[in-house]
Amino acid sequence: MGFDWAVIHDNLPFLMRGLWNSVQLAAITVVLSFPLGCIVALGRISRRRWLRYPATMLVHALRSNPLILIVFWFFFLVPILTGRPVGDFASVLAAFVVFFSAYFAEIVRSGIQSVRRGQLEAALSTGLTYAQAMRFIVLPQALRSMTPSLATECVIVFQGTTIAYVVGMREFLHTTFLVTERTMRPVELYLFAALVYFVVCLAGSIFARRLEGKAGIPR
Amino acid sequence: MNLNYTFNWGMLLVDPARSWILNGIAMTIGLSLLAWVFALAIGVTIGSMRMTRSRWLRFLGGAYVELFRNVPLLVQLFIWFFVFPLLLPRDWMMAWNGLDHVPLLTALIGLSLYMAARVAEQIRSGIAAIPKGQFAAARSTGLGEFQVYRHVIAPYAFRVMIPAIASEFMTTFKNSALALTIGVAEITYAARSIESWSFRGIEAFTVASATYMTTTAFVVLFMGWLERRLRIPGLIARR
Repeated sequence: MGFDWAVIHDNLPFLMRGLWNSVQLAAITVVLSFPLGCIVALGRISRRRWLRYPATMLVHALRSNPLILIVFWFFFLVPILTGRPVGDFASVLAAFVVFFSAYFAEIVRSGIQSVRRGQLEAALSTGLTYAQAMRFIVLPQALRSMTPSLATECVIVFQGTTIAYVVGMREFLHTTFLVTERTMRPVELYLFAALVYFVVCLAGSIFARRLEGKAGIPR
Repeated sequence: MNLNYTFNWGMLLVDPARSWILNGIAMTIGLSLLAWVFALAIGVTIGSMRMTRSRWLRFLGGAYVELFRNVPLLVQLFIWFFVFPLLLPRDWMMAWNGLDHVPLLTALIGLSLYMAARVAEQIRSGIAAIPKGQFAAARSTGLGEFQVYRHVIAPYAFRVMIPAIASEFMTTFKNSALALTIGVAEITYAARSIESWSFRGIEAFTVASATYMTTTAFVVLFMGWLERRLRIPGLIARR
């Protein structure tokens, strides 16, 4: 068969709008689920059982389900709970934020736990409260050691946006799919989509690896 | 808020929902077990290629990992499903399309190759985590390089890597849900069928979630037991 790469050029504005939606979904997800993940992580390591148990259960429940199923859950449940139809973007975004907050929580938790215990004890002994010690002593160090994992997770979130396809959100993979339906040119279009994802994600991965070299705290 | 939803769990036990669920669970488990075994085999090969002295093999191994890790799995499945058959020679394409269960085979190929890249990374970091002294000590006893890997590094690395290998199984298991997009009737697909057939989404999705969570719990327990049995004395094993 012959290739016809013009099909990409002809549909580029439509495809790029899809890509922009993917980027937006990923960016908003990260911005919202990271703080949520921090809160859940603090719950996970709390000494209070009524905080620790629910946080732990939430994280385990979310992490043992596939993202695609969580997306279906929200797509089905959000209209029932709110009593009116919401757009696919809103329900997908809610699913993504909740789902990825569990993953961010685990990154934050292992970051906090990588800070040596003596740091917390020393901070507390200077008279700081637990919250202050966390805020000024432990979290800054934890954040530094977890930046590479956070960057990697951002790449995973971006890859995850393809799953919004299943509920018909117009992200990049879905717009690609729509163009293949119309033009019957799956080879060129899907290879192009794969190339775009590859370039973006590879850049992110390389950036994350760069951070890894720098992130270590000198001991 | 308007919650006049009446549950009807009983309908899950009656056909067609019942057989959709049972077939879906069997499909999910079968597909992910097979894909995991293939991914381990391919991943160990690729991971070992990256540890050799040959620059070409290292480059090939590295390129494989980067390529398969940086394209989303769903895109890879679409490529195997929609693009790959069109690139085959005409006779091969006819033969491929004539096979039974093309979606399942496609999902198996896509999932295995994708997971293999992740396994290869785990293998590499597992081997990299082995103290250098182990290599040197084993070499100094007169073992050849291959023997060092075979008798010293591999048994050691395998035990250190058990948690990672288990978590890769769980990832395979969850990723197998994406096969529904190309028409493989696994458990998430079954849940969706039940939902659109009966409008009972909560019951249907609960079954799917319960399947994933139960399996995860079993794997975690089993691996905890295995890890304790194979713990290497002298290491502060538990992270």
